[in-house]
Amino acid sequence: MATKLPRVPVLIVGMGWIGGIIAAELSKQGIKVVGLERGKPRSTEDYYMVHDELRYAQRYELMQDLSKETITFRNTSKMTALPMRQYGAFLLGEGLGGAGIHWNGQTYRFLPYDFEIRSKTIERYGKKKIPDGMTIQDWGITYDELEPYFYKFEEVAGISGDQEQAAMVGKRSKPFPTKPMTKTPMIKMFEEATKKLGYHPYMMPSANLSEQYTNPDGITRAPCQYCGYCERFGCEYGAKADPVVTVLPVAQKSGHFELREYANVTDILHDGKKATGVKYVNPLTGQEYEQPADVVILASYVFNNVRLLLTSKLGKPYDPNSGTGVVGKNYAYQTNGGSATGFYDDKQFNLFAGAGALGMEIPDFNGDNFDHSDLNFIHGAGIRISQTGLRPIANNSVPKGTPTWGKDFKATSLKYANNYLTVAAQGSSMPWRHHYLDLDPTYKDAYGKPLVRITFDFEEQDRQMIAFMADKTEAIMKEMKPSSIGSSKELGPFNIVPYQSTHNTGGAIMGSDPSTSVVNNYLQMWDAENVFVVGASAFPHNSGYNPTGTVGALAYRAAEGIAKYLKSGGSLV
Amino acid sequence: MAEQQKEQPPSGSRRQFLKYSGTAIGGLVVGGVIGGAITGGFNKKKPAANAPTSPQTGTQPAADYNHATMYFNQRQLQITQAATERIFPKDDNGPGANDLGVAYYIDHQLAGHWGFNAREYRMGPFVKGEATQGDYQSINRNEVFLLGLTAIDNASQKKYQKGFTDLADEEKDAILTSLEKGDIEVINGITGKSFFDLLRNMTLEGVYADPLYGGNVNMEGWKMRNYPGNQMSYAKIVGEDAFAKTNPLSLHDHLATH
Ligand SMILES: Cc1cc2nc3c(=O)[nH]c(=O)nc-3n(C[C@H](O)[C@H](O)[C@H](O)COP(=O)(O)OP(=O)(O)OC[C@H]3O[C@@H](n4cnc5c(N)ncnc54)[C@H](O)[C@@H]3O)c2cc1C
Ligand code: SF4
Repeated sequence: MATKLPRVPVLIVGMGWIGGIIAAELSKQGIKVVGLERGKPRSTEDYYMVHDELRYAQRYELMQDLSKETITFRNTSKMTALPMRQYGAFLLGEGLGGAGIHWNGQTYRFLPYDFEIRSKTIERYGKKKIPDGMTIQDWGITYDELEPYFYKFEEVAGISGDQEQAAMVGKRSKPFPTKPMTKTPMIKMFEEATKKLGYHPYMMPSANLSEQYTNPDGITRAPCQYCGYCERFGCEYGAKADPVVTVLPVAQKSGHFELREYANVTDILHDGKKATGVKYVNPLTGQEYEQPADVVILASYVFNNVRLLLTSKLGKPYDPNSGTGVVGKNYAYQTNGGSATGFYDDKQFNLFAGAGALGMEIPDFNGDNFDHSDLNFIHGAGIRISQTGLRPIANNSVPKGTPTWGKDFKATSLKYANNYLTVAAQGSSMPWRHHYLDLDPTYKDAYGKPLVRITFDFEEQDRQMIAFMADKTEAIMKEMKPSSIGSSKELGPFNIVPYQSTHNTGGAIMGSDPSTSVVNNYLQMWDAENVFVVGASAFPHNSGYNPTGTVGALAYRAAEGIAKYLKSGGSLV
Repeated sequence: MAEQQKEQPPSGSRRQFLKYSGTAIGGLVVGGVIGGAITGGFNKKKPAANAPTSPQTGTQPAADYNHATMYFNQRQLQITQAATERIFPKDDNGPGANDLGVAYYIDHQLAGHWGFNAREYRMGPFVKGEATQGDYQSINRNEVFLLGLTAIDNASQKKYQKGFTDLADEEKDAILTSLEKGDIEVINGITGKSFFDLLRNMTLEGVYADPLYGGNVNMEGWKMRNYPGNQMSYAKIVGEDAFAKTNPLSLHDHLATH
């Protein structure tokens, strides 16, 4: 029997970036908030032994325990989906701070084009440019409307970046709060090469602080030490912006926030019109609780945001056959590929040093920054170089033709251990009618609830885009004068095995029409006005950038909406 | 979270390093995180904590009590040693898998949670799908490994009428090559290829993981590629053109000196 707890005004499911941001914003205004997190507590003290590649990067110490819950996957609806039994393509967060603890901190804004992608594509190229089955739609909000929220997130996190406005990206109302990260030799080489080719390089916006910084909440954090243990690791210095060192302390200090760890939400309770609360279970003791609430906020990442809606039967499930319904619609990912690696026979770099968001990017082939008239794809990719710190188990690149084990492998991998650079493309991912999330008919989680099922593949659009980008990355790499180059031009089917990126999007998308979206532009659910579904689940497509800058902006927007809703009720739009 | 609110970090943390190598602690520190402009940065003057374990010091290395098995029997250990040494052989660059303790590393890993696939999804049905859908086996990794070792030994007997450990180097390589190609079957549906990939990955892990796990003895794996291991900061050198050759430090050193 579930223990019934006293009613609370605001309840948040999941304590990552979004949970933390909303908790801080509301509790600062004196609103009582309860935050439920299925995983453990976390603090910087936990990272004393963090420079351990095996434990954190290879064994996924900080990630979701897959023995309790995973996703299932198939490329097409003709296949039977199978569970992702061990980690591969993406790594899910669990525990206080969520994936915000072990992210890189590359913090971009999506382009103005992204938010009005359908209108702008038609405007420039005509309706025929959008192939049959590609379900791009406008977001129901513009870049200009979102700009203040972007800045809010950047200001709280202390994002480091160029102080002058970069070309070909959205206009900023204010410069980045902190100066750009250190320009390392490889970044200078990339800068010189791309400038020579007529492109517009800018320093990667970074949540690894470039300098000591005090944010508007009075939180002071130390600068990044370029320790090379950033992505997949927690930052003991607190230099990397994460929820535990930025927004959560503010919520805690407010006196209006109650955090409950080891609280795995299994159901959203509702009366068909509004949510009445949630049910959760303590994964350690198995004890069940019912927590009534006035407002329920889903901040449990793309997969569980969608899964909780589907298992709780809230909102209309998407039907890929008719193209109707909305929950699960427009799942998209990130199209990585087309990179070029240069090997240097007599040049060594300090590749062991680096930070998650230390790098440089060109915007020239992202979004609609270039003419697609004669191309068989829309959108594009961010082309970049990054120096995240190459750790020795995972990084043993050798030129093509070298054996993968034995004497020659050893000698060659040691020779090039500190001598290779990669120019990479991070590509956008368009939604398709046949890419979606629903509930798996067979596989269940530890609590007997169905797993979420992903039906997704790369399309011809993606292959064309990657082939195009591969030419660009190779040309840049050539300008950087390596002794030899290896490049990958082809994109196979989507494969769940190799790590690509934890940039899953869609499934509970935002928009201005209840028949084609789950939430409005305050992330408020059309079908249940006291439920807010927040995260990259709201992206109608994914851009050629990492998602969290835009996720953070949407979280601030949602927080504003929730506060308004608590005052006035009803639909916010 | 309670600890978060403290103004002083517990002794021995990286954050204390910031304090000592740097300057003032920031104003209002809600997050409990030390603010301080780092002037110290790259810390070359740290006590040479790697000295006691370095073979270059001339002192007799102490017995390595970690090097005993908790999972393999003797034969399994020997086959693992023989196979991993071919994957990462001793050469002019330095030690191979054996001298680096790789087989002990693998033994210890297989005995623990990873060997039992503890943090992986293990509910059925276990169905073979497309290659894009990944692993579908119900057999635990540590069982696959033992079966793989037996398969290697049987293949050697069949081809050369000798056990794997008695083969010449070229013969061992021939067996490992057919394993890699998938020509040697391990058990229903588990090809030699997937076992080979496991063996190769674990070999590299044993060469390069922190010595705390039993491999990478004396950080010799790191030294061969000038990998500095666990350092406090690279803030000072990250922008420099010159390659910063640094004596590596391990997590043990971190515990001992901070
Ligand atoms: C290795 C890695 C590197 C990355 N690097 C970058 C980068 O450089 N730039 C970038 O923009 N993005 C990056 N990302 C993505 C980024 O981490 C995410 O976009 C961001 O953290 C999402 O925040 P969130 O709050 O939506 O979700 P999460 O951080 O996933 O938080 C969700 C929380 O909800 C909890 N939860 C889930 N289900 C339940 C439930 N049923 N009950 C209770 N709690 C639940 C989870 O335990 C988790 O703590 C990276 C991700 C990974 C994994
Ligand atoms: S690279 Fe910088 S931000 Fe990342 S973990 Fe190390 S010190 Fe922290």
